Amino acid sequence: MSRGVRHYPGFGWMTVLCLVILYAPLIVVTVYSFNGSTSITTWGGFSLRWYVDVFTGPEAPRFKAAAWNSLTIALIAATVATAIATAAAVAMHRAGGFRGRSLTFALINLPLMVPEIVVAVATLIFFTMVGITTGYMTILIAHITFCIPFAYLPIAARLQGIDEGYEQAARDLYAGRGQAFFLVLLPLMLPGVISGYLLAFIISLDDFIITNFVKGAGMETLPTAIFGSVKQGIKPNIMAISTLMLAVSAVFVTLSYLVNRVGRKSP
Amino acid sequence: MKRLLTTAAALVLAGPAFAEGELKVYHWFEYIPQELVDKFTAETGITVTIDTYDSNEAMLASLKAGRMGQYDVAVPGDYMVQIMAGEGLLDTFAPADLPNFGNIAPQWLDVPFDPGRQSSIPYQWGSTSFSVNRDVYQGDIGTLAMIFDPPEELKGKINVLDSQGEVLTLASLYMGIPQCNTDREQLKALSDMLVAAKAHWASFGSDTAKDVLVSGDAAAGMIYNGFSAKARAEGANVEYAYPKEGFVVWMDNVVLLKDAPNRDNALAFMNFLLDPENAAAVTNYAAYTAGVTGVAPFLDAAIAESPENNPPADAPAGSFIEVCDAETQKLYDAIWTNLKK
Amino acid sequence: MAGPGTSGGGGGGGWRPLLVPLLMPTWLTIGIFLVLPVALMAVYSFLTKEFRGGVIWDFTLAAYDQFFVDRGLFGDEPPAIEWTYIAIFWRSIWQAGLATLFCLLVGFPTAWFIATRPASQRGVWLFLITIPYWVNLLIRTVSLKFLIRDNGPLNEGLMALGVLDAPVTLVNTNLAVQLGLFYSYLPFMVLPIYAAVERYNFALSEAAADLYASRWVTLREIVIPVVKPGIVAGCILVFVPSLGAFLAPDLLGGAKTFMIGSLIEEQFKGSLGNWPFGAAASMILMTLVLCALMVYARSASQAAGQGAAR
Repeated sequence: MSRGVRHYPGFGWMTVLCLVILYAPLIVVTVYSFNGSTSITTWGGFSLRWYVDVFTGPEAPRFKAAAWNSLTIALIAATVATAIATAAAVAMHRAGGFRGRSLTFALINLPLMVPEIVVAVATLIFFTMVGITTGYMTILIAHITFCIPFAYLPIAARLQGIDEGYEQAARDLYAGRGQAFFLVLLPLMLPGVISGYLLAFIISLDDFIITNFVKGAGMETLPTAIFGSVKQGIKPNIMAISTLMLAVSAVFVTLSYLVNRVGRKSP
Repeated sequence: MKRLLTTAAALVLAGPAFAEGELKVYHWFEYIPQELVDKFTAETGITVTIDTYDSNEAMLASLKAGRMGQYDVAVPGDYMVQIMAGEGLLDTFAPADLPNFGNIAPQWLDVPFDPGRQSSIPYQWGSTSFSVNRDVYQGDIGTLAMIFDPPEELKGKINVLDSQGEVLTLASLYMGIPQCNTDREQLKALSDMLVAAKAHWASFGSDTAKDVLVSGDAAAGMIYNGFSAKARAEGANVEYAYPKEGFVVWMDNVVLLKDAPNRDNALAFMNFLLDPENAAAVTNYAAYTAGVTGVAPFLDAAIAESPENNPPADAPAGSFIEVCDAETQKLYDAIWTNLKK
Repeated sequence: MAGPGTSGGGGGGGWRPLLVPLLMPTWLTIGIFLVLPVALMAVYSFLTKEFRGGVIWDFTLAAYDQFFVDRGLFGDEPPAIEWTYIAIFWRSIWQAGLATLFCLLVGFPTAWFIATRPASQRGVWLFLITIPYWVNLLIRTVSLKFLIRDNGPLNEGLMALGVLDAPVTLVNTNLAVQLGLFYSYLPFMVLPIYAAVERYNFALSEAAADLYASRWVTLREIVIPVVKPGIVAGCILVFVPSLGAFLAPDLLGGAKTFMIGSLIEEQFKGSLGNWPFGAAASMILMTLVLCALMVYARSASQAAGQGAAR
């Protein structure tokens, strides 16, 4: 009987449809990235030539520089944002009630609530007005800012589930505040911190709209470099890069998924 | 990879500081072969970074939006050189700064948009009209009506350049009215004509202009002559038209920007581009025509003899885009904004 | 959202004295690099546009005037309501709304289906739904464009199967933009609904079934009202980013079909170079989104209130 009320005819098919819609374009691009032909419309047999082209072709230096920028920005932004978010999460969930708590909560989540294009416009205006030359630093600052809520949410969720008794016990045994944090609380929070970090990393790596507004002369990240190429038409080397980025994303999600599973099983 | 890591690390640590051997170029998309940039780097040790834009107006807007002082050189079209000079965005140099200055073709030396070539050197020149896919439409294409009042076969399959100067000038030529017109009735008619024509257009795009013709997403498109030649070379059965109402001719110029962080390197780059062999390399890549003497021995025959570069004998003369005064320009800006909105 | 706090005066770890130092980085970063910029943007929307890019520090309502008032092509006709930008906003709302509806129609059954799998399978299903979300939006949009182009795999495939005689033009149409938005944000719809359905007490459905209510009546009368907060959250998560989307209209709509996102972008990156107008349009967009969020917050707190009443 309980199986009966859970079952609705057609819902399974809708799920299949949903997955087909989500995956069809990605699969098509992956398949065509192995196309040996220079034209994207005709199939010229299986080949890795476009992957070779990504690393050695005429556009390779541009993509390499862009990939390096994307990677370093994502690493630094995710690290800084995670540190800020961890501190904020501890204060929000361990320091008791305080005036301005709901305001702080709103502030942390503000980057999620304001549309991305508005953040982009506002940030560009800000940097122009205070006279900061747009470039690597401006991208980094913008990325740190919008990564904070993405890092915060998993950390706070994890922290909520940790009993205060653990730290209380440590403190009762004369552990200093620092010891209580680094030896007791942080290890317990770690799965949340790692998933927050990975989330922030991916969000930074993926960002196009804001980066496009605040990047300076000669400064490209992978998404803006790809956008620049794609505007002139989808070329096979773009499909190869896309497939590589797809693989990187898949690795990260898998990591984050596994960390969460392990985390759920521990205390 | 190791070298890349160290340079990148140095870049990260140094922040936005400009190293000695750098050059920042603000250039049109797909307009300089990478091999030529590599050759310049090999000869001078100067590393070149290139950012691209897809219309003169977008380049100007971006420079004015806080990008001045970040680039050394840009490549504006003729009328834009004049506008930028008027806005005080250009620096000047002496002919002696460029050993190859004497290579500039005589007809491009004392040009109205930069008398005496004080801030600019010729890059390439060419024309703008449109191309039609001959598989889709076989009739006579020698008229701008193909874009502004298209035949049934082309309706809904037209790409238009995302460039105010070119679109409004071609539209004025089609209607037979002068540029920098202040006659409100005629301008209203121009605006109405464009809005009606827009219903038949599929897209606005300059950097996509070639690809949409090659991929078949568009059957006709406003385009630069060399870009159309490249579309044909990539297998599209397109014919570039020299319409009877007229067409736009332009010259792109390398200009020295004010507050250029690497002025000496910029001058070295400009001098490099005035070398006939290098100018020919650009021509062979972009399929336009160089503004430098002595390029002939270095040119590919297919480029020199292409139908896109050699108008038929009965083609009318092309028109340069004129620079209007600010009051008149406001009217044209209003028409463009109204069209794009 | 405030919550009563864990306990009066300091929690178990004694973090209370460090409250300010712990929160300072957050306040400073978001305050300086987001709140202040948004405030500056508000100021910019009242400045005068300089000829071809840039601003002059003269305060004016010109940007809002341009948005709402039509003074003819050359600005010398009697004022009337300007419908152009309202139409662009309306079209964006309409497109985003349709995309949200499509997402709901596909997302709800999917979320339900996943939530009713055995617990051990759910993680894998959710994992499958979330992977595409992690793939760069730009790449997903490009992939979609490649798939649906006139001579792309979809049209070629359908023609090879004999379903179509001639390719269907999708690229550069409103439908393509909707499809793009739908595709971009579908996972955002599935996840919150899943979370709500997972908490749903199936005894309610069983009770309804015992009273001879059909499946669909149960769905309409019992299930949907109970999981409504999840549905509303999903709709907000799809609708808000769709409203300001830039990639889908630009790449799939041919940059001809302006939506709010591309309209704003054009003011800063394109040939129009009208910063105050771009700032004003951003302000209007932000106001719309915050209103939508307030409606959501209100319905969420109402739902919470109902839950408490029960």
